[in-house]
Amino acid sequence: MTSIQLFNIVTIAYFTSMVLFVVYLVTRSKVVGIIARVGAYGGLLAHTAAIGLRWYESYQIPGGVGHAPLSNLYESVVFFSWTIVLIFLILDLKYRQTSVGAFVVPFAFLSMVWAQLQLDDAIEPLVPALQSNWLTYHVITCFLGYAAFAVACGVSIMYLIKAGKEEKHPDDSPAGGILAIFPSIRILDDINYKAIMIGFPLLSLGIITGAAWANYAWGTYWSWDPKETWSLIVWFIYAAFLHARFTRGWVGKKAAVLSIVGFVATIFCYLGVNLVLSGLHSYGG
Amino acid sequence: MNTKNRSTLTAIWDFFCSLKLTIITLILLAATSIIGTVIQQNRSPQEYLQVYSETTYKLLNSLQFFDMYHSWWFLALLGVFTINLIACSIKRLPRVLKAVREPVLVASDSLYRTFSNLEEHVVAAPVTEVRETLRNFVAKGFVAPIITEEGDKIHLFAQKGRYSRFGVYVTHLSIIIIFIGAIVGNVWGFKAFVNIVEGTAANQVWPRGSEQPIDLDFSVRCDAFSVTYYEGSNRPKEFRSLLSVIDGGKTVIEKRPVIVNDPLSYGGITFYQSSYGPAGDPVFNFRVRPRAGGESVDITARQGQRVELPGGGLFRVVDFAPSFQNFGPGARLEVVSKEGRRNSFVVLQAFPEFDVQRGGEYIFSLVDYKQRYYTGLQVAKDPGVWIVWLGCALLVLGSMVAFFLSHRRIWLTIQPVGNRTGIKLGGTAHRNQPAFEIFFDEFKKKLKAELNA
Repeated sequence: MTSIQLFNIVTIAYFTSMVLFVVYLVTRSKVVGIIARVGAYGGLLAHTAAIGLRWYESYQIPGGVGHAPLSNLYESVVFFSWTIVLIFLILDLKYRQTSVGAFVVPFAFLSMVWAQLQLDDAIEPLVPALQSNWLTYHVITCFLGYAAFAVACGVSIMYLIKAGKEEKHPDDSPAGGILAIFPSIRILDDINYKAIMIGFPLLSLGIITGAAWANYAWGTYWSWDPKETWSLIVWFIYAAFLHARFTRGWVGKKAAVLSIVGFVATIFCYLGVNLVLSGLHSYGG
Repeated sequence: MNTKNRSTLTAIWDFFCSLKLTIITLILLAATSIIGTVIQQNRSPQEYLQVYSETTYKLLNSLQFFDMYHSWWFLALLGVFTINLIACSIKRLPRVLKAVREPVLVASDSLYRTFSNLEEHVVAAPVTEVRETLRNFVAKGFVAPIITEEGDKIHLFAQKGRYSRFGVYVTHLSIIIIFIGAIVGNVWGFKAFVNIVEGTAANQVWPRGSEQPIDLDFSVRCDAFSVTYYEGSNRPKEFRSLLSVIDGGKTVIEKRPVIVNDPLSYGGITFYQSSYGPAGDPVFNFRVRPRAGGESVDITARQGQRVELPGGGLFRVVDFAPSFQNFGPGARLEVVSKEGRRNSFVVLQAFPEFDVQRGGEYIFSLVDYKQRYYTGLQVAKDPGVWIVWLGCALLVLGSMVAFFLSHRRIWLTIQPVGNRTGIKLGGTAHRNQPAFEIFFDEFKKKLKAELNA
């Protein structure tokens, strides 16, 4: 079996898991929730194996091509999807809020679909600029951070839906229908905060490893390149979020909005900069 | 100082201590930073005028949008951010120092009332026995307590992770350290570049955007430069310069390979492989054999140079490609015979007998060629970089401590109630209270079991 085939299985697993999480919202069946989780775990396992297999495959190509599969847009999107599921399942171990899956697993599924349908999956040798161990540290820390922000964004969307509904119909609280199965806004707020607490030091590490690498390769740790600048913009937004928690008037809805804005900026930093702007960081990673 | 001045000062101080200011500054920094990613920075006026109308150009220029990260208003924003950071820390630090240095050993009733997790028991055992039981229990289940006796009351206090309160301040300090490192680098360091032709040495480098070179105390020689490609593709695998450093007439570093991601450092100055290009025309070695038979001769020719052929006539290299239609190195020659007939054709290094089929008077083959290259090196001196790394390390460390550790405190009070013994306990964490509650619930449950045993 090739890694590409295995990635197809991963996509199917995430699709199944995503559908079942949505079905759970409607049916509130415990069994459906369990199967949805099994799908996510199974997908993550296959995903890990597929990334490992692709790594191995790169070494089978003659001409010293072998490298960790973190070097182009396809590989980074696939890895992003992996980190989203990983962070989601770690937080899920603690919070056990099945409904959150319906708002987070779609990010992972859509990433896989996009990678497989639109992006070039050829294993390319590394250009000299990328031949460094810093590549691995930099990409892993950045994407774990991004993934934590993805989870926070999903939870913040749930927060806004639930808080909005409760504001409109304060009488028939707790909210009925699908919303009843959402965690309380207090818990959603807490998960949002926890996810960003995990993501923020990882993003900081990602920026720092990037700076260290840039210094080692080019002699400048910071050059206000669009990618660097956008990573700093993301950092500013989440720093604002973290301080907002200690300020009256900035908790709750505003914090959820800030978390979503932060993730939009994250996605722009990751994709928009490469697709829209120009700069040093044109590897697609 | 009159009261009005004092109140103005207080107002300014309060303004800079405010968390709202922090949030607004961070959001402003984020929003304005976008400008420099949309408008290309530090280009020439000509380049901007191709994109913008003159009025727009003037407006953007007056707002310093073409070098916005060094503009007065962006630096002012960073200044406000820094002052805010320092003011907040100064305001809050004394309270934190006090909490760490002088722990509240005795919980008053009013402190107990602030705990939602307060629990009380009355047991039959005598006070002295309960005191021992509780001390051992807290030491085992949490950490050894400090005991204070006050009249007939006995107070136990136990705390963990008190230094985690400094995490936030370490994080704040780290940002200031990073700024200091950046300033040190800007003032005492430089960023420059130098192109060195193979076989030559340089002892001057050119800062970006300046005509005035910087003199080095030593010179750097490029002994060789090479590019290698991945098999069967045009994708470069490695750019490699062999560099030597000559200091005071002595070669201190000899033929050190420098590739991308592996720079050379000497005397606080670092050289990074950055670019390359051809230096002058290549030199070719040809073997020329008369078709009529006879000795073949080796001829060296520079591109464009007219060279005489042994039996009269001339030839020159018109053009050269390191990769001619994927056949490898190829040279286009022009031969002018004695009679003045011109003839132009291509010879390929990989196929020495290729020229036989042309049927010319001479059979040319390209033995080898030498193209001299120059290597383009980035040159940087940054004495502040280690300060920046120290700041970065503290930033990560400080934020991890601030997020994941907390100062947890437990108070117990033992006092006689008639001829029985009353126990009161409560606890708190300065951060992540929910996680502490889970621990404390378990703690109380075990304590109850211990007391009933």
